[in-house]
Amino acid sequence: MTPIIGSGFDKNLKQTTSGRNVKPPQLDILTPSSIAEALSLLAEYGADARPLAGGQSLVPLLNFRLSRPEVLIDLNQIPDLDYIRDAGDQINIGAMTRERSIEFSDLIHDEAPLLLEATKNIAHLPIRSRGTIGGSLANADPAAEYPAVALALEFTFVAQSVRGERRIASHNFFQDILTTALEPDEILTEIIVPKIPDNSGAAFVEIARRHGDFALSGVAAQISFEDRMPTAARLAACGAGPIAMRLTATEEILMEEGIGEKAVKAAAAAAAAAVDPMSDHHASASYRRRLTGVVTTRAIKKAVDRAEVMA
Amino acid sequence: MNEPRKVVLEVNGESLSGEVPPRMLLTDFLRDVLGKTGTHVGCEHGVCGACTIMINGEAARSCLMFAVQAVGAKIKTVEGLAKGEELHPLQKLFSEHRALQCGFCTPGMLMTAVDLVASNDALSELDIKVGMSAVLCRCTGYEGIIKAVIEYAEQVHGKPIAREKNIV
Repeated sequence: MTPIIGSGFDKNLKQTTSGRNVKPPQLDILTPSSIAEALSLLAEYGADARPLAGGQSLVPLLNFRLSRPEVLIDLNQIPDLDYIRDAGDQINIGAMTRERSIEFSDLIHDEAPLLLEATKNIAHLPIRSRGTIGGSLANADPAAEYPAVALALEFTFVAQSVRGERRIASHNFFQDILTTALEPDEILTEIIVPKIPDNSGAAFVEIARRHGDFALSGVAAQISFEDRMPTAARLAACGAGPIAMRLTATEEILMEEGIGEKAVKAAAAAAAAAVDPMSDHHASASYRRRLTGVVTTRAIKKAVDRAEVMA
Repeated sequence: MNEPRKVVLEVNGESLSGEVPPRMLLTDFLRDVLGKTGTHVGCEHGVCGACTIMINGEAARSCLMFAVQAVGAKIKTVEGLAKGEELHPLQKLFSEHRALQCGFCTPGMLMTAVDLVASNDALSELDIKVGMSAVLCRCTGYEGIIKAVIEYAEQVHGKPIAREKNIV
């Protein structure tokens, strides 16, 4: 390999030649500038390639050599994947839109407050500078915030391959731990987020060991009201099992019994009963289950408080 | 495949270049190829924050980017904060508040704080604590760091930030 020569190169610094100090495995990085180019590269390399989005989960895996793709298809130079667009009663977000862009978007602030609050719970600002909404959703980490929001709000996912484009409903998208409905030759290109209806409140509440860590348990809630009774209740949990989980039993209780203290208690108990969390060195499964009930209660109360119609 | 690539970028206003294998991380490029060793390498998986730099005006982990992804980027490292012998205002406050001991995390703390304060003009003390939790310090206990960043935010935005009770 050609020796590395840089303008500030100091011959006394150790290990500066021939890449001996590099951590990721041998790989090549291809940099398409259009979606079409990225899709044809992915079709060509197949399972030997991995698309590289923000890299905030994939690059650690590469640094530890837990992932060894031959080729990375870097999506960071495709401007057509980076946008937040107002599309009537929904918001269309390009898959390579940075979490930081979502955090500072007025449109998201006004029309998708649940997505905004979840975003602020993702790691830290320097991570959100690079991390993308599409990367996080396609990674499908069971403790990540976005999949829970996607299930609660029923996002639609747009996937493209050289074979064409298809739309995937959120309840079909997450299949197992770190596994989605995306085929190996497909790239997630757009996420369609429904705007929050009038007379609604939303809250994302999570408990983590430290701020910025993945959630031990987190709940996304968005509740709509008419005459102080819920007309729609959308809740989903992360840290709940191998994939994020829609809390349908909890939703049914709120719809049937309202948001009184007794109903909220029953709704939280239903959430704790529904989830199937894992034990690891951060927390036991039973502790996570208990937390799910706690964060469900908090998320419901916050969402109710935030609905202006309930003030 | 895996041929060395030429990387040309701007670091602290200076145009620099080097040839690197595609898999070289931006941190290692800055330190070992360009000799900019102010940026520190800690955990190499984005948790500790010691390698945080500014990329096109936004703080980011340089250990989670490849050097080839930074072609054409405007990078600012801790070496770019001071103007000659004149320390950056935040560096002065770190000194006044004894916000460092061993100094390992300090480059990441400084770059994180500069971005945090620049990107939000209505920070509370809690916002600053949450924001600065992006970087791990294992010796000072954070008190001095938080005090320094609060005062820095007050200087930058010209308005006081209410202190919580536990901060003297």
